[in-house]
Amino acid sequence: MITTYLFGFLSFLAIMFALMVVLSKNPVHSVLYLVLTFFTIAGHYVLLNAQFLAAVHVIVYAGAIMVLFLFVIMLLNLNEETEPHKSVWLKASATVAAGLLLVVLVGSLKGAETIVATNKFDPNIGLIENLGKSLFTDFLLPFEVSSILLLVAMVGAVLLGKKSIK
Amino acid sequence: MTSEYLIYKSLLVVLVFVITLVVAMYSTYAERKIAAFLQDRIGPNRAGPFGLLQPLADGVKMFMKEEVIPGTSNKALFILGPAISILFSFLTGAVIPWGSAVNIMGSEYSLQIADVNIGILYLFGVVSMGVYGIMIGGWASNNKYSLLGAIRASSQMISYEVAMGLSIIALVMTTGTLSLNEIAAQQQGWHWNILIQPLGFLIFVICAFAETNRAPFDLPECETELVGGYHTEYSSMKLGFYLFAEYINMFISSAVIATFYFGGYNMPLIARFVHDSNALAILGVVFLFAKIFFFIFCFMWVRWTLPRFRYDQLMNLGWKTLIPLSLLNIVITGAVMMRHEIFQLFVK
Amino acid sequence: MQLTSRSKVVSNKTMTFKERIYLPAIFSGMMITLSHLFKKKVTIQYPEQTRPVSQIYRGQHTLKRDEIGAERCTACGLCAIACPAEAIIMVAAERKKGEEHLYREEKYAAVYEINMLRCIFCGDCEEACPKEAIFLTDRKVDSDYQRKSFIYGKDILVEGIEPDKRVDVSKRETAAVAEFKTHKEYDHNKVLKRNNK
Repeated sequence: MITTYLFGFLSFLAIMFALMVVLSKNPVHSVLYLVLTFFTIAGHYVLLNAQFLAAVHVIVYAGAIMVLFLFVIMLLNLNEETEPHKSVWLKASATVAAGLLLVVLVGSLKGAETIVATNKFDPNIGLIENLGKSLFTDFLLPFEVSSILLLVAMVGAVLLGKKSIK
Repeated sequence: MTSEYLIYKSLLVVLVFVITLVVAMYSTYAERKIAAFLQDRIGPNRAGPFGLLQPLADGVKMFMKEEVIPGTSNKALFILGPAISILFSFLTGAVIPWGSAVNIMGSEYSLQIADVNIGILYLFGVVSMGVYGIMIGGWASNNKYSLLGAIRASSQMISYEVAMGLSIIALVMTTGTLSLNEIAAQQQGWHWNILIQPLGFLIFVICAFAETNRAPFDLPECETELVGGYHTEYSSMKLGFYLFAEYINMFISSAVIATFYFGGYNMPLIARFVHDSNALAILGVVFLFAKIFFFIFCFMWVRWTLPRFRYDQLMNLGWKTLIPLSLLNIVITGAVMMRHEIFQLFVK
Repeated sequence: MQLTSRSKVVSNKTMTFKERIYLPAIFSGMMITLSHLFKKKVTIQYPEQTRPVSQIYRGQHTLKRDEIGAERCTACGLCAIACPAEAIIMVAAERKKGEEHLYREEKYAAVYEINMLRCIFCGDCEEACPKEAIFLTDRKVDSDYQRKSFIYGKDILVEGIEPDKRVDVSKRETAAVAEFKTHKEYDHNKVLKRNNK
C-alpha cells in the first residue's frame, strides 16, 4: 500500500523535475533538476528492490556525469545573454517536429494493448548476487563487449587529449 | 515492523546524529589544540576548563554574526549549497556499524542504523553527492575565487573517487561482501583487513584525505591563492555549515577507515577476558571510537606536518600514481586469491 | 665560496626510488611534528604571567622632578636632536617670578610631546639629557584605539609631585650617572644646597 503511494509520489516528482529541466532558463538550474530527476528514478529502482542499480545509478549519473556537466557549464558560464539567437524558421520547424513526435507517440500508445506480465516478478532479481551471476553467465558476452566499448572510448579520449601525435 | 522497532531505530538515528554533531564540534577544538601542541603552543584554554567550552563559544559567535548574501549571487542556490554539503555529510553515518548487536530482554538490537546489503556503494554514492554542495555554493557566490575553488574541489573529488573506488574493489574481492556490517564482523580477532590489503589501505587513506579536502589536499580552500576558496562569500552559520561538513566528513572517513581496515568494533584478545555479549558490544563501541579518534588525530597531525600540493602535482598523483597502483592492487589481490588455480595451470 | 660550515651544495639530481615514493620522508616529517607534541610549551599566559624583562628595560618615558618637586627639564632640545625617530617636540618658555618651586631652571618646557608611535625606545634622549630630566622606565606604553592618543604630553610624561607618585629610575642610572651626581660643584647638582636655603 505504501509502495503504491510512494510510486505515485516519485513518478509525480520525476515528471515535474523532468519538465523543470526543459523549462528552466538557467542551464545550471536545468542540470540540478536533472540530478533530482535521477534521484527519483533511483527511488523507483529501490521500490523494485534493485538497490544495487539504484546506488550505481546515483554514483554514475548524479555523482560523476552530472558533475562533469555542471563543471563544463560553470566553466563556460552560460547564461541568457550568451545564448545564440535562433531564427523564427528554426523555432517553427522545431515545434512542428516535436508536435509530430508527440502525435506518433500518442498513436502508437493508443494502438498498443496493455502489457500483462507473463512471468511472475521476482523481487530478488535486482539484488547484487543475482545480478552478478546473470551478468557473468547468461550475459557474459554483452558484458565483456560493453567493457571493450568503454576501453575504446577511453583510448579515444586519451588520443584526443594528447596535444600532438607524430 | 513493530512500533518498538521503529522507536528504537529513530532513537538510534537521533543518537548517531547527536554524537556526530558533538564529535564534529569537538574536532574543531581538537584541531586547534593539536595544532597548538605540534607548534609548541598551548592553544585555546580560556573558555571553561582547558578551553573545553571553546566550541560552544565558536558556535554562538557563528550564529550571532551578520548574515551577508551577496547582491549578485543566485540566492536560492547560495542558501542551498551549505545545506546540501552538511546533509550529505550526515547521511553517511547511516550505514556505519557502530557496534555488534545488543541483546536486551531477549530481542536483538543492532547498533547500525541501516544494514544495507550495498553499504559500500551507498557510502560511495553519498560521498560523490557531497561535491554538489561545494560546486553549487561556489558558483552561486558569483565570485571568481569561489568559482575557482569550486572547480578545483569538484575535479579533485572526481579524480580521487576513481582511485578510492578501485582500492575498495580489491577489499570487496577479499571480503566478498558489500555490507559494512559483515566486513566488520569478518575482522574478528586479528583478521584485520590492513594485514591483507596494506596497499589498498594506503590508497584509500590518501583518497580519504583528498575527498575530505584536508591538507595536504586542501586546494579548494587554499587561503594563499583563493582567499577562502568556495566559501569566500559565505558568512555566519552558512560558513559554519561548510566548516562543520568538513569535520563531519573527517569523522565519518575515520569511521570508515576503522571499519574497512582496522577491524571496526573488534579488538583482538578481548573475547578472552569478557564473555558477556552485551558488555562486548559496548566495549566494541568504545574500541571503534578509540580508533576513530586516533584517525581524526592522524588527519590533524598530517595537516600540521605536510605542505599543500601544487595543483598539477595533485592531478599527477591522482591519475598517474594512485589509479595505476590501485589497478595493480586489484591484479595482485586477484592473483593471490586464485593462486591454487594458477599454480595448477603451471603444474600441468 | 663556502660561507658557513653548515652550507649544503644544492644539485638538481634526479630522485632515487626511495625519495620518489615520498613515504619515508613523510613518515620522518610526521615523527618530527609528533616529537613536538611532547616538548615544553613556550607560551607565556600573559595577564597571569609576564615575560621577564631586563633590569634596564626601556619602556615609557618619564620627565623627572627634583627633590622639591620642580621639573628638571630646561627645554634645551638636545633630546629632540638626539632622537633618531624625531618623536620629540617641545616649546620653551621663560620662568616667571614665583614659579621657582615648579621649574628648576629659568627656562622650561611649556609643551613637551613624545609621539609613542614614532619612538623606537632607543634611550638616546636619556643619554643626551644634561639635566637628568628624561628617563625611560620599565612601564609599558598602553594600547589604544586612536593614533592621536599616542602623542604623550606633559600630563602623562611628568611624574607626580607626591612621593608615592614619583617614578623610580634608579635602575636606569648607570655608574657614570651616579658618579656625575656626586659632583656637587656642577650647577645642576646643587639641589640639596637650595633645599637647605
